Amino acid sequence: MMNLPWLAFSVIIPLLMAPLVGRLEDSGRARIWTLAANTLALLTSVLAWFAHESNSDSVCSEGLPGDWLALDSFSAPLGPLAALVFLATTLVTLRTKIRRFSFAGSLVSEALTLGTLGCLEPWGIIAGLSLGVIPPWLELRRRQQSPRIFGLSMACCVSLLVLGQLLEDYEGVNRFQEWWAGIPLLLAVLIRCGAFPFHLWVSELFQQASFGTALLFVTPMLGAYACVRLVMPVSPDWVLRGIELGSTFTALYAAGLATVQTDARRFFCCLFLSHSALVFVGLETLTEIGLTGALCIWLSVGLSLTGFGLTLRAIESRRGRVMLDQFQGLYDHAPGLAIGYLLTGLACVGFPGTVGFVGTELLVDGVVEQQPISGIAVVLACTLNGIAILRSYLRVFTGSRHQTSVSLSLRKREQVAVLSLAVLILIGGVFPQPGITSRYRAAIKLLSQREPILSSPNRHEALPSQPVKQTN
Amino acid sequence: MPDLEILIQSLGLVVIVAPSVLLCWLGIPSLLGRPLPESWVHRVVQTVIWTGLLAALAVLGLMLVSDQTHVMVVGRQWVHIPHYHFAFKLVFDRLSVPLVILTFLLCGTIGAFAARYLHRESGFNRFFVLYSVFLLGMTVASLAGTIETLFAGWELVGLSSAFLVAFYHERRGPVANGLHVWSVYRVSDAALLIASVVMHHLSGEGDFDKLIRGEGSWPFGSPTLSVSQATLAGLLLVVAAAGKSALIPFSGWLPRAMEGPTPSSAVFYGALSVHLGAFLMLRVSPLLDASPVTCAVIVVLGLASAAFGALANRVQTDIKSALSFASLTQVGLIFAEIGLGLRYIPLVHILGHACWRTLQFLRAPTVLHDFRQLENAVGGSLAARRQSWEQWIPENWRNWAYRFALERGELDQGLFNWFVNPVRELFIACDRYERLLLQGNPPPQKLGTEPWTRVLEETP
Repeated sequence: MMNLPWLAFSVIIPLLMAPLVGRLEDSGRARIWTLAANTLALLTSVLAWFAHESNSDSVCSEGLPGDWLALDSFSAPLGPLAALVFLATTLVTLRTKIRRFSFAGSLVSEALTLGTLGCLEPWGIIAGLSLGVIPPWLELRRRQQSPRIFGLSMACCVSLLVLGQLLEDYEGVNRFQEWWAGIPLLLAVLIRCGAFPFHLWVSELFQQASFGTALLFVTPMLGAYACVRLVMPVSPDWVLRGIELGSTFTALYAAGLATVQTDARRFFCCLFLSHSALVFVGLETLTEIGLTGALCIWLSVGLSLTGFGLTLRAIESRRGRVMLDQFQGLYDHAPGLAIGYLLTGLACVGFPGTVGFVGTELLVDGVVEQQPISGIAVVLACTLNGIAILRSYLRVFTGSRHQTSVSLSLRKREQVAVLSLAVLILIGGVFPQPGITSRYRAAIKLLSQREPILSSPNRHEALPSQPVKQTN
Repeated sequence: MPDLEILIQSLGLVVIVAPSVLLCWLGIPSLLGRPLPESWVHRVVQTVIWTGLLAALAVLGLMLVSDQTHVMVVGRQWVHIPHYHFAFKLVFDRLSVPLVILTFLLCGTIGAFAARYLHRESGFNRFFVLYSVFLLGMTVASLAGTIETLFAGWELVGLSSAFLVAFYHERRGPVANGLHVWSVYRVSDAALLIASVVMHHLSGEGDFDKLIRGEGSWPFGSPTLSVSQATLAGLLLVVAAAGKSALIPFSGWLPRAMEGPTPSSAVFYGALSVHLGAFLMLRVSPLLDASPVTCAVIVVLGLASAAFGALANRVQTDIKSALSFASLTQVGLIFAEIGLGLRYIPLVHILGHACWRTLQFLRAPTVLHDFRQLENAVGGSLAARRQSWEQWIPENWRNWAYRFALERGELDQGLFNWFVNPVRELFIACDRYERLLLQGNPPPQKLGTEPWTRVLEETP
């Protein structure tokens, strides 16, 4: 494989295409160009991943100024996953939606997301997270919404990130108590991930923004990425245990809320919050098994929740806002959509044969080992999520006979997106070993980065400034 | 005899591969939106069932010839990382072989019956896809050599069962009851998952043959866990089994499950899936031997369920509900037998009861017609007379028992009032408060509007 800066390409291509797409007046053409840019971004990010795999256990930097773009075993598959999410979202954006969906904005978001996921430098990650807020914010303003909770939360998040990193840098020279800097960073991450009680902005975003934009903002789980890069290396164990307990509560609370929702968007939001919290629970166990489980669930939830959200969005584009307080009976009109909805929903809760099964087992195993009560809470959260998913499926697709003269069946593009995701979910479920091995390696790497920090009495002298890099 | 060993292993793989092939064969065309024609579906089902059944019989024959009572078929190390492994292990022994043969036999019968019963129904293909999921789940659960493998099969059975209850999905009743069944199964799954993780941590193993050490195969052996550990794991397993086998207090789902088409009611809730809990208890029976408390709980639960089933059975007005409670009576007795330390008798009881109940369920659609014909021939009513011992029971007791049976012990109502509704009310209150913070105008939500809280059966 040629040694080219694939990761940089994956960031630059959507960034360059964004102004071009923004100038196009024809929405159909804008979609086609966006699709092309998304496809190229996906291909280049996959090539960057492969390039990293061929140099296993090393950090591949791209040789750009400052070496800011680099991959390690943890972040290597996250870029392709994010690029796939953007591609699938554009692919299933139907004509009814293309006037409301900002393609240029989605390309900017993609560039920023891939840039953040491909960045190891703390200030780079903070910049990516901060700039990433702008496209959804602009869309909300354009739609004449007043996203006060979203705006306030993101402002707090960015401020705390900057403050925390400044303190962290300052501590490097003047030694404070070692957890001082971690607190603002921790709060920022909790806000960005939507942990209880900072989760209301997610609901507001899903209520006021277009479904596609909200989906693209939350599903790459940049908050969890920031947690791994910014908080995990500097926080003592007790802080992480606290996050674990908080996340466990969030997972259970959001799962419970999902079971009583009457609005499909808010239902999806609760489901996302619960799963995102489950990832956090695993991340903070600090055991090989728990961390591996969390990283596996990260990928599986990213894949399956995207598919689930896209099928929900496809239903919305046919029927308008989907309400769950009545039976819609859409199965006979859109069986493909029903199967996609069910498959992706079951994959979210780790059903056997789907990509999340082994990840969930590992997560539960790891959490029970650390905190048996948290382990039981995680199982209960999964149980409630499973009930909520089937309840929503039955409300949307069964219970009555829907009368319509308009075909509601899947379009070709939607079929391609749903089938591709279904195939990935099933293949990942039947052959889980490569994915698990890769995530296990990443977990070991993350834990090994924490060990010298925690074992050293003088934390900052032991802090590795950067992992050893191997330039392509 | 290495050649014989290889032959048994190969045939063992055929037993598990056959249902997997069926699922792919029926599922992939459905996923692509091009379901197979009815005649193809029927042929594929029969071919696969015969293949699996013959392979299972051949394994049994070869095991008898070679005087083996325990054959482990290891597919492959499915997932392996340090400190964690997930092996796909199948075990052929005195317990699993009869059950897997029974599964193929009854599923084959039901497949042939359903091909005619559901001829030209719009959900024909959907039924057989769910049927193949069920068959795979039952086979995996029956042959599971590790608790994780058992869990995978257990979940497949649960999903297919819930969707078959909701088979007539354009009506609200079946849909509501399907969700009820799914909810109970999820609770049961959660208990099994926690039990499996607890056992993994207490003993460091998930394999049944390592959890239970000792000479020979099932039912011999002794557990590697201490009495208190065995009690903890055993009680969790009892919760899982009670949910799956509709024991008290989960019995309410069994009559609801009769909303599905007759073939699925027959094979799933009357014959196979309702016995899966008893099978689990038999599989971990050496663990139960180490815990007298768990055994006592099983006996009490089994006898109470049997008594409740017998009582409720007598006042049912439709034949499928009556049969479902009759099943519950027998399943309760099977549990009591297991709790009393018997092993082969409950196994034989499961096999006999499953076959008998399948026959009864399949006869159910035509039995009323036959009954009327008989009455016409006799020229009078064939109504059952009150049995002589009933007259010795005081009338107010009889009335109380009648009301209790008619209300089905108010088990569902109890579960809803004590567990489900308080939790739902709490979350609805939280949701309302969040909406208030977000919008300042929360939409009203009424607790009683949810159809699944009340609906039992809906007569078509």
